[in-house]
Amino acid sequence: MSTTRSTRTDVPTSAEPPQAPPRAGRRRSLDESPARSFTRGFFVKLVLMALVDAIGVYVVLAAWAEGSFGILWAMVALLAAANWIYFSRRTVPLKYIFPGLAFLLVFQIFVVLYTGFVAFTNYGDGHNSTKSDAIEALLIQNERRVEGSDSYPLTVLDAGGELAFAIVDDDGDVRVGQAQEPLRAVEDAEVDGDTVTAVPGYEVLSRQGVLERQQDVTTLRVPVSADPGDGSIRTQDARTGFVYTSVLEYDESADTMTDVTTGTVYRPNDEGLFEAEDGTTLNVGWRVLVGFDNFTTAFGDPRYAGPFVKILAWTFAFAVLSVLTTFLLGLFLAIVFNDERVKGRRIYRTLMILPYAIPGFLAALLWSGLLNRRFGFVNDVLLGGAEIPWLTDPWLAKLSVLGVNLWLGFPYMFLICTGALQSIPKDVNEAAEIDGAGGLTTWRYITMPLLLVATAPLLISSFAFNFNNFNLIYMLTKGGPRFTDASVPLGDTDILISMVYSISGVDGTAPKNYGLASALAIVIFVIVATVSALAFRQTRKLEEMS
Amino acid sequence: MRRSITLAAALGLSLTLAACSGGAETPAEEETTSAAADGGTLTVWVDETRQAAVEAAAADFEAETGTTVETVLKNFDDIRADFLAQVPTGEGPDITVGAHDWLGEMTSGGVVAPIELGDKVDEFEPVAIEAFTQDGQVYGLPYAVENIALIRNTALAPAAPATWDEAVAAGQAAGTQYPILIQMGEEGDPYTMYPLQTSFGAPVFTQNEDGSYAAELALGGAGGEAFAQWLAAQGAAKVLDPTISYDIAVEAFKNGQSPFIVGGPWMIESFEGLELAVDPIPSAGGQPAQPFVGVPGFYVNAQSDNALLANDFLVNFMATEEAQLALYEAGNRPPALIAAADAASADPITAGFREVGSDAVPMPSIPEMGSVWAFWGVTEANIVKGAVEPVAGWQKMVADIQGAIG
Repeated sequence: MSTTRSTRTDVPTSAEPPQAPPRAGRRRSLDESPARSFTRGFFVKLVLMALVDAIGVYVVLAAWAEGSFGILWAMVALLAAANWIYFSRRTVPLKYIFPGLAFLLVFQIFVVLYTGFVAFTNYGDGHNSTKSDAIEALLIQNERRVEGSDSYPLTVLDAGGELAFAIVDDDGDVRVGQAQEPLRAVEDAEVDGDTVTAVPGYEVLSRQGVLERQQDVTTLRVPVSADPGDGSIRTQDARTGFVYTSVLEYDESADTMTDVTTGTVYRPNDEGLFEAEDGTTLNVGWRVLVGFDNFTTAFGDPRYAGPFVKILAWTFAFAVLSVLTTFLLGLFLAIVFNDERVKGRRIYRTLMILPYAIPGFLAALLWSGLLNRRFGFVNDVLLGGAEIPWLTDPWLAKLSVLGVNLWLGFPYMFLICTGALQSIPKDVNEAAEIDGAGGLTTWRYITMPLLLVATAPLLISSFAFNFNNFNLIYMLTKGGPRFTDASVPLGDTDILISMVYSISGVDGTAPKNYGLASALAIVIFVIVATVSALAFRQTRKLEEMS
Repeated sequence: MRRSITLAAALGLSLTLAACSGGAETPAEEETTSAAADGGTLTVWVDETRQAAVEAAAADFEAETGTTVETVLKNFDDIRADFLAQVPTGEGPDITVGAHDWLGEMTSGGVVAPIELGDKVDEFEPVAIEAFTQDGQVYGLPYAVENIALIRNTALAPAAPATWDEAVAAGQAAGTQYPILIQMGEEGDPYTMYPLQTSFGAPVFTQNEDGSYAAELALGGAGGEAFAQWLAAQGAAKVLDPTISYDIAVEAFKNGQSPFIVGGPWMIESFEGLELAVDPIPSAGGQPAQPFVGVPGFYVNAQSDNALLANDFLVNFMATEEAQLALYEAGNRPPALIAAADAASADPITAGFREVGSDAVPMPSIPEMGSVWAFWGVTEANIVKGAVEPVAGWQKMVADIQGAIG
């Protein structure tokens, strides 16, 4: 990479006159292929690429061992792209952006696409995994120990590659059986206490041997007798055996579950559950695509519709007001401390930035303590024991959220405004002064537009940040106080992202519904993207104006 | 030029392969063979308080079977969601520590396998086994039984109160700042309030004959409404107060600002230096005040490749008096194994909690329970604050929960 760059950048700075057509330069560098001119830079590149490839191949091998073929092919594609880009001469721009692009793909695009996929499934409580996992789980859960049956000391045997169980029954007799051969008594077995030490024709497996084949041991079912209704012996620890019968049986060809005791047949339905004709379902389901169901629930469910509108309005109000208040306060302070007549400006500036140095979530947590109705510092000390419900009254809680966000956010605005103000050339202001403009007019027509050009993109990103400012809401109020007139666990200071969090149920207060939460996340993305796009278009006009 | 690209790429690739053949492939192979040679590896998710105790039990297991037990420290609150999410991907542990009330979600997610305890079932406290049983199958190995009780500062109140009113009177007679401390918080604390609710005959779900819960709400009706009115009255009298959070309650009791606090064994270590007694929670509504029992235990991953090792470890090494006592020392909760619980009951405080726990009911583990918490506590707190009319507020809560259950 370094070679390419040096030859490229050499072009304008070399002895050649700058007005030489760029095409000539490109042709010249094409002739000097780095693979033929083995400079020191080329070897540095080679070593670096070898390192990248080594790590990449390691990931590929690890993915192969784990059977994760998605990761494997993605890695192969990324590696191939990296090698082509850094050894080809035609891909100069890609050389600069490829690392960023790769991480964008892995950490952003993939996550967004996966969220999009989940939004169209019913992933959540009861629909946690794939259908084959669900079938397996149902079969495991519905294998019952025969009531009143005994437990038997058990030994695992090897019969020419096939596994067998030997048990000692109540009379002290040894009985041996295999998957296809029901238990039968064996006369000449050697028994030491409870454990079988030798059976003619079989080899007693050591613990080592058992562990090597533990999957086979735990899945082995040895029929008690020729009648399947008597159940079969199984073991979970290779020490003790129990008699089990299966309540549910899965018919692979018909794709149905049958309850052996009642004869009820369960068929898979569209929602990812096994359903009987009378509508009863089995408890383990699987993930299925449900189309736009999650989106219609988000907007169509009357329990969510009312709170959703309220929360949407508050989210906009919160984001806009947060940006406005922090910007205005930051700007005001920046102007004040930009004036050379203020003494000790450095000390003030340092103090102003302090809130910015405290992690946001920690500060929000601190404030929630400070604003506690009875024991908080604000009520208890500053207001002499007044029990003002800062965080528990709907309107005061909104005010508190905005206030704390102002405290947290103004240093950032103060910083960028100070920077922008200092970058405005002094001669512009002097020119305005000479033209006879007063302080206010200069400010209105010269300083402000120049300042806005510099800060508008940051204001937009600040809006997008506050729109999804989960930390603050979660740490300060947890979305409370709860709506008293709604039937869903949402509150007056909930913003869209905290609403999504409580619907997803990760905190354990509600059943998990990742599908619905992902659908709402997509709605939020669309809103933020639209608002940001519109706002950026406006700023472009602003730039053209100045 | 094209040739030069191929040449360079080939050079890079061969260097890579040279680097890998020494570094990546061989150790991986060695690991698998060596793991098989010493009896396999068992991965266990544990939380902070339980890590040392599980490792102690694991040492015996390792010595006897040659298996390596690897404990992974997790935040207890994260385990539930992480286990559900990771088991289907094949990344989950073989065993995880957990609470019994996760059971409904775990089984409907298909991530846990039943454990056959055999004759050992009878060696456990019945309530512990009942808590981990669903549809006749036991899904976890319980190691403790935890419940709340009335903790009394004997210096301030010499006798145990029989009813709530007696307790309040005794607390007022003691002349302390709070007659009785019961944590609530602005969001409410239905777990701590539950014994008082049951004393009005309003359990959260109806219980079947075998002690399991049916998905039928029982907290409405006359009992529930009487409880709501009682909450409002206690709130008006300032006995109950939503500003009292867990931390504030514990701090106040520690400083001798109240003779009584309703709480669990996890509080005890904060109260060093106080003379304590543990009594049943006084009844407010006339019927017995039954707190919830929480049973922590170990679950086995339904998709574990080491199911045999996992079951062997739990049934034959964690269900021992020694292991259960080690877990007791670490967490102060009375053990679930009767022999271990008897030994731990030498401590009068543990004996007190165990005594109260014998009358308690397991916290429901049915999936429907997940829809209850979010409405329950907030409604209680609002009634205590006087923000909603008690009976109407309680009825709306029951309707909302019913709506969420669907």
